Amino acid sequence: MLIAATLAILIVMVMAITRGIMGPTLYDRILAVNMFGTKTVLLISLLGFVMGRPEFLDIAIVYALINFISVIGVLRYSDSSIFKHSNQQKK
Amino acid sequence: MRHTIILSLTLVTFWLLNSGHNTTLMLSLGMISIVFVIYIAHRMDVVDHESQPMHLTLKLPGFYAWLNKEIILANFLVVKHIWLGNKSISPAFTTITASQKTDIGKVIYANSITLTPGTVTVNLQGDQFMVHALLQESIKELKAGEMDRRVAQLEN
Amino acid sequence: MDTFINISSSVFLLTGSFLCISGGVGILRFPDFYTRMHAVGVTETLATAMILIGLMLHNPDFFVDIKLMIILIMSLFISPTASHALASAAMRNDFSQKNNEKPDSEQVKPWNP
Repeated sequence: MLIAATLAILIVMVMAITRGIMGPTLYDRILAVNMFGTKTVLLISLLGFVMGRPEFLDIAIVYALINFISVIGVLRYSDSSIFKHSNQQKK
Repeated sequence: MRHTIILSLTLVTFWLLNSGHNTTLMLSLGMISIVFVIYIAHRMDVVDHESQPMHLTLKLPGFYAWLNKEIILANFLVVKHIWLGNKSISPAFTTITASQKTDIGKVIYANSITLTPGTVTVNLQGDQFMVHALLQESIKELKAGEMDRRVAQLEN
Repeated sequence: MDTFINISSSVFLLTGSFLCISGGVGILRFPDFYTRMHAVGVTETLATAMILIGLMLHNPDFFVDIKLMIILIMSLFISPTASHALASAAMRNDFSQKNNEKPDSEQVKPWNP
């Protein structure tokens, strides 16, 4: 059952990365990367149980925090000019 | 001062639960980190009644139980519409009015809306929330205002 | 008793996997950015909770369960914050529903300070 769940998570990660590559906009890509990160947290915890080493959970906690910080960090730059597509086109 | 004590108790519990080691070295390292974190929190001036809403603690479990039920129902609704396809969804923006008085009540309400799949709070100005919803039914449910009433009850 | 716990753990894990895959189908299938965000919301609330509860039942060791609980609470607090930040950034940059099907090579000009 653990292995089935791990495979399902891997399939979902492939779907997320497909959306990340397809786009079509910047925000779709950020959304896909965020989803990929949260699924990675689940994958790490599941793999810890599959391999019989629940110590992996510490890594999962740290990864959850890093993923959050990275998304907020990217969005922090949404004030800068490279993000302002439609406003820039008007000039 | 009361908030500082509660923050340090929370941090001590968090350290003990996460580490699971009881040697002197580990405990003293934990002590140093906790003191350092509290020092940083004081420098950033974030220790106050909004960072630790203790006055809400007693009422929270009932609200969480109700919110869990809502989240489960909304999840199955959204999953049903994912498999039914694009024809069955009716995405729309709408504006709703919140009746909470304090900032923390508004934030709890906005976060509850976002946490329920099918509705996302996009913008928040004064007591007007801009919400994007996947289905017309969820808009109707929000406008009926049960969640609003429960969060407002939590406040006083 | 042991078989009961094993079976319920399997049921939780399978439900979580099904919800996760539904969310993945949703992110590929839905037509625009804001609706895709709802599909991601499914995988971040109930699917995560189901899989973590399944793992908790699978291994009834106290410290492991506490860590799984911390991951669950953390992801439930983090995911609405991240999706609100994303949605309001999209809204702030005048990203309305009509121009969101353009490829972003048309939208993003090269950055020259």
